[in-house]
Amino acid sequence: MTDDLAPLLSVKNLQKTYVDKRGQRLYAVQDVSFDLAPGEVLGIVGESGCGKTTLGRALMRLVEPTGGTVEFEGEDFLEKRGAALKRARRDMQMVFQDPFGALNPRHKVGAIVGEPLVVHGDPVGPDRVAALLHLVGLPADVADRFPHEFSGGQRQRIAIARALALKPKLIIADEPVSALDVSIQSQILNLIGDLKDRLGLAMLFISHDLSVIRHVSDRIAVMYFGRIVEIGPANRVFDDPGHPYTQALMAAIPAAPGTADTTGVDTETIVAGEVPDPAAPPKGCAFYARCPIREDRCQAAVPALVENTDGLAVACVHFS
Amino acid sequence: MTETPDRPPVLAIDALSLAAGSVALIDDVSLTIGPGEMVGLVGESGCGKSVTALSVLRLLPEPPIRITGGRILFQGTDLLTLSPKALADIRGNAIGMIFQEPMTSLNPVLTIGDQISEPLMIHDGMSRTAARSRAAELLDLVGIPAPVTALSRHPHQLSGGQRQRVMIAIAIACQPKLLIADEPTTALDVTVQAQVMALIDRLRREFGLACLLITHDLGVVAQYCDRAHVMYAGRIVETGPVMPLFATPQHRYTRALVDTIPARNPPGEPLPAIAGMVPPPGARGTGCAFAERCAAPLDRCQAERPTLTEADDRAVACWNPSA
Repeated sequence: MTDDLAPLLSVKNLQKTYVDKRGQRLYAVQDVSFDLAPGEVLGIVGESGCGKTTLGRALMRLVEPTGGTVEFEGEDFLEKRGAALKRARRDMQMVFQDPFGALNPRHKVGAIVGEPLVVHGDPVGPDRVAALLHLVGLPADVADRFPHEFSGGQRQRIAIARALALKPKLIIADEPVSALDVSIQSQILNLIGDLKDRLGLAMLFISHDLSVIRHVSDRIAVMYFGRIVEIGPANRVFDDPGHPYTQALMAAIPAAPGTADTTGVDTETIVAGEVPDPAAPPKGCAFYARCPIREDRCQAAVPALVENTDGLAVACVHFS
Repeated sequence: MTETPDRPPVLAIDALSLAAGSVALIDDVSLTIGPGEMVGLVGESGCGKSVTALSVLRLLPEPPIRITGGRILFQGTDLLTLSPKALADIRGNAIGMIFQEPMTSLNPVLTIGDQISEPLMIHDGMSRTAARSRAAELLDLVGIPAPVTALSRHPHQLSGGQRQRVMIAIAIACQPKLLIADEPTTALDVTVQAQVMALIDRLRREFGLACLLITHDLGVVAQYCDRAHVMYAGRIVETGPVMPLFATPQHRYTRALVDTIPARNPPGEPLPAIAGMVPPPGARGTGCAFAERCAAPLDRCQAERPTLTEADDRAVACWNPSA
C-alpha cells in the first residue's frame, strides 16, 4: 500500500437512504468511509443486499448519495454540477456484471467502444477504436459486428474497452466476472490484472465471490447490512479475519477442489439465519442475531470501525 | 423392490444420447447413483448437464428434443418406456427435483402449505388435514422457523434461502428415492448456500436418499459429493471419486479447470487460463471437442474421438491424459 501518496478517492461517511411513498426509510449504505490510493485495488465483498452495488453507483453518482463526502483527487465530487461533473466523470468508469444488458444491441461494437469519446468531444476514429480493442485482446475487425455475435467473455472485453476509452484513473467494476464460466472468468481476471499493471488503474472491485476478491485485491472491505464491518490488507482479512461475520463467510466457502485443505466448509460453524429485513433494522450490531459470540452490549449501539496496529479495522466490540 | 446385497443403483443412465433436430446435445452419457450417494455432474454452460438431468424426468420439450439412444433405469425400470401416466406417478413422488431459482419454481398465488400438501394429496392420497399437518412436519425438518405459521405464507414473503428450503420440503414430501438438484445454491448467498447444502447432505444421510447434484461450482462438488462426472461439450470426459478426481485430474480439461481456479493460485499472479471457449452443439467436430483448447493435443485428437476408458474406480476420455 502506498501510504505516502495522496489518495485518489477519499470517501467519508457516505450514506444512501431511500424513502418510499409511505415514508418508510431504507438504509442502503450507511456511514461508509475509505481511501483508495492511485493504482490500488480495493475489493468490496458481501452478500446480496449488503449495499455493495449501491455503494459503487453512489460513488459514480448514478444514484445521488444522501450524505457524506466523496473527494476525487482532492476535489469535492458531490458538489460538481454540469460541465464540471462531466469532466470529472472522465476519470472514473464503470464495468457491470451483465455484459448482455450493458451493450446496446443495435449499435456496432466500434460505435459502442467509441461512444465515450463522442460524448466527451474527443477525436474518435477507426485507429483509436482498434487500439482500444487491441488493448483488451480483440481484433480490429470486430468493430463492424454487433454485440449478439459475441460470447459473454468477449462482450465483457468490449465493455472493458469502452470503459478504458477516456483513459480513466479509476474503474468501478461491479461483479465483472460473476456471469462468466470458470474458464472464461480466468481470462477476464487476467485481462483486468494486466490492464491494472500496464495503465496504473485504481479499482473498486465489487464481488460476492471471496476467492475472486482475494485474487485481485490489495485491500478488502467486507460489507454487511449497508456498512463496512471490516477493512484491511487482503491477506490479513483473508487469513485472520477479525469480525465474526467475516469469519462466518470464510467458514462457508468450500475448499479449493483437489486440495487436502481442511479449511473447507465447517458444518459446525455455519451461521444460522439470514440478513435482517432492511425495513426493520435491528438496534446495535446488525449481525447480532446470527453472531456466535454475541453479548447484550452488542445491541446497545452500532459498533464503530476500530483500527489496530497492522492496518486492520473491525467494527465489533470484541475486537481490539 | 427388494435390495440385492450389492446394492443396485437407484438411477442408472446408460449411454443416453439426446438431439435437437439433427444436432446432438448430449452423446453417450452414462452414470449411476447408489442409495445414499451424492453424485455430481459438473461442467460449464452449455455442456449438457441440465439437459441430462431434465431428461430423467422427461421434462424436456419433445419435440424439438429427441432421445436418440440409451436407457434411463430408475430402480430397474426404463423410464423411457413408461407411459405419460406412469411417469406422472413417479415425478414428485419417487423422484424429487429442485431447481436453481426457487422463486420461479414456486407458485406465487398459492400458500406454502398448499404447495407442500399437493404432492401428498395426489401421490399418497392424504386428506387435506393430514397433508397440512405433514407439511408442517416437513417445514420443521428443513429448518423453517414457526412451521405452522409458515404454512399460510406466500412465496414472496420468504427469503431466497427459505424458498429453497420450501422447494426441498416439496421435493422430499413423498419420501423419494432420488433427488435431482439442478444448481440448488447458485442463486443463494455463500452463508445460505452452506446451510442449504448441509440440509441436503443431512437428508441423504438420514434417509438414504440418492442425490444427483448438477452444478458449475467445483468447490461445492468437491465438498459434498462422493463421486463426480465432468462434462464437456455434451459428453462425460472424466469421472471418479471427488478427492482423487480433483487432486490428480487425468483429462486435460479437468486439469485446466482445476488449475484456473483463483483459490488454487497465488493472489495477484496471472491465472493459468484456458484459451478459447466451449464449442456450441453442432460445431463439436469428429475428434475430441476439447482438442482446440487443449494444452497437450496429439494429432489423433482432432481426428478420432477418445472413448471413456475405465481404470479402477475412475474413467477418462483422453488420448493424452495428464500424470
